[in-house]
Amino acid sequence: MSTLTGRRRENRIGIVDILLYIFLIGLAVVCFLPFYFMIINATHDNAAIASGMNLIPGKYAWVNYLEMSDRVNIWRGFLNSLIVSGSGTALLAYFGTLTAYGFSKYRFPGNKALFWVILCSMMVPPQLSVIGFYDVAQKLNLVNNLLALILPMIASAQFVYFVKLYLDATLPDSIVESARIDGATEIGIFNKMVLPIASPSIATMGMFIFIFSWNQLLIPQIVLRKKALQTVPIIVANAKGVYRTDFAPAYMAIALSVVPILIAFACFSKYIIGGVTAGSVKG
Amino acid sequence: MFKSLSKRDKYAHYGYLFIFPFFLVMAIFIIYPILNTFYLSFTNWEGATIAPEWIGLKNYKRLFADIAKGGIFLQSIKNTWILWIFNVIPQFVGALALAVVLTDRRNKIRGKETFRAIYYLPNLITMASVGALFSFLLGYPNGPFNDLLISLKIFNEPFYFLQNIWATRLSVSLILTWMWFGYTMIIFMAGIKAIPEELFEAATVDGASKWQTFKSITLPQLRPIMTYQVVTSIIGGLSMYDIPQVMTNGTGAPQNSVTTMVMYIYKQGFTNYSLGYASAVAIGLFLHIFVVVAIALRFINPKEEK
Repeated sequence: MSTLTGRRRENRIGIVDILLYIFLIGLAVVCFLPFYFMIINATHDNAAIASGMNLIPGKYAWVNYLEMSDRVNIWRGFLNSLIVSGSGTALLAYFGTLTAYGFSKYRFPGNKALFWVILCSMMVPPQLSVIGFYDVAQKLNLVNNLLALILPMIASAQFVYFVKLYLDATLPDSIVESARIDGATEIGIFNKMVLPIASPSIATMGMFIFIFSWNQLLIPQIVLRKKALQTVPIIVANAKGVYRTDFAPAYMAIALSVVPILIAFACFSKYIIGGVTAGSVKG
Repeated sequence: MFKSLSKRDKYAHYGYLFIFPFFLVMAIFIIYPILNTFYLSFTNWEGATIAPEWIGLKNYKRLFADIAKGGIFLQSIKNTWILWIFNVIPQFVGALALAVVLTDRRNKIRGKETFRAIYYLPNLITMASVGALFSFLLGYPNGPFNDLLISLKIFNEPFYFLQNIWATRLSVSLILTWMWFGYTMIIFMAGIKAIPEELFEAATVDGASKWQTFKSITLPQLRPIMTYQVVTSIIGGLSMYDIPQVMTNGTGAPQNSVTTMVMYIYKQGFTNYSLGYASAVAIGLFLHIFVVVAIALRFINPKEEK
């Protein structure tokens, strides 16, 4: 009797389960389908794209690549993006952690108030002060200079907030004090001890800051007016105007900007999603 | 007590030293630009070499005149709200439903991690690339979406999505939903996992149905996270730029139906070089966001006011 009801219940759940899995898989397909169309169409010529839906790869990838390279230098864009996001994140990793450490372990007057300033600055979207920012960049002679994007990355409130919480939880005051007794200088303690201890949080937040910076469009558009300095998002944003009805090379340009992210995500997805969760619970 | 006091005296100045670089950069590149934008909104600055000249409230008068006559600024406010609302409702409802399903304790889903990863994927992709991609995917007469809908017999003939006002708006909104539901879902999942297990056990013992459990345990417990998500979504949504900008090549077409407030700022500032007026628009947007967030907080958390 009990086994019978047990089995029946299992069966009923089974049917609901199947529908649920179909839905979940369907949603996964929806998430990936646009990228699939993108990759497939990047390998076809204009005629094949115009004549209907393509579901299997074509043979025009190289031709499209050459045509695309004729009009835009996407590798230059990658280099610019890498310089901006790479050096900006590196600077932030050092100075941002230094700031987080300063707030976490030194009880100076105004500590709380200044930390509040950081929290409040998280709430103001940078899009709102673009005109003022452009003016500053001009006064500092930073228009058409990648430094205009690199230097501001040091002032990432999210990074400092997250790393400070991490240091509060993982670095006991007593360790800092015993290092002092051993005769270490304050900056020596930071460089040799705090940085390694904070490194998991630096890696997590650094990764998100890198991605965020890599994806930026508006601010780079405003300060980088020269073609040779354009980052990948600017180049892709212009693709529609550059290629108009020349779809095949346009798909290729977009695919080249997306595929590296897809590959990076395939390798580090567990790590990235773990980071989203860690940031959210504390945020 | 005495020891910690002496420590404060001895090393406090290092604290200032260590946070100094951050605050220097913040002062130059974040705080000054905000104040500067406010100042510039009272000038007729037209860019590059011409020095800005004080013109008082003229830019703000122009702003109110635009609103009064139903100009593009007013239109951009409406557009931004429409795009945000049609994005945020399906995004939050879908994310919440999926989070509940994927964290269900009684009916464990296989491959949960894989689903979570795939749903989150669109959020990582450069918005500019997403906007450009969809402008081609929604192409007419032979974009992949038209081809797909016709081959599935949903459409009889191709539809020109990006020439229809509401089709364009809904496309932008749903692209944003597509980009963000996975992220919101992950946040909600983390929130649900943080709810004490005993609460669910007590509900099971009391014989509560799934819906009752959801309504009287999951939802109230998620409230703080939900509040935070709504506020950040309002701020992000009202400063929306990338997708509609790239999809319409900066035109906001058709008929400025997807021109957002930030697109309007960009157009006024860097296409028309009315940087003074664009600053006034930015200040207007700033106040707009401030008021809306204040109202939202009061609306969602009325108890905290007491």
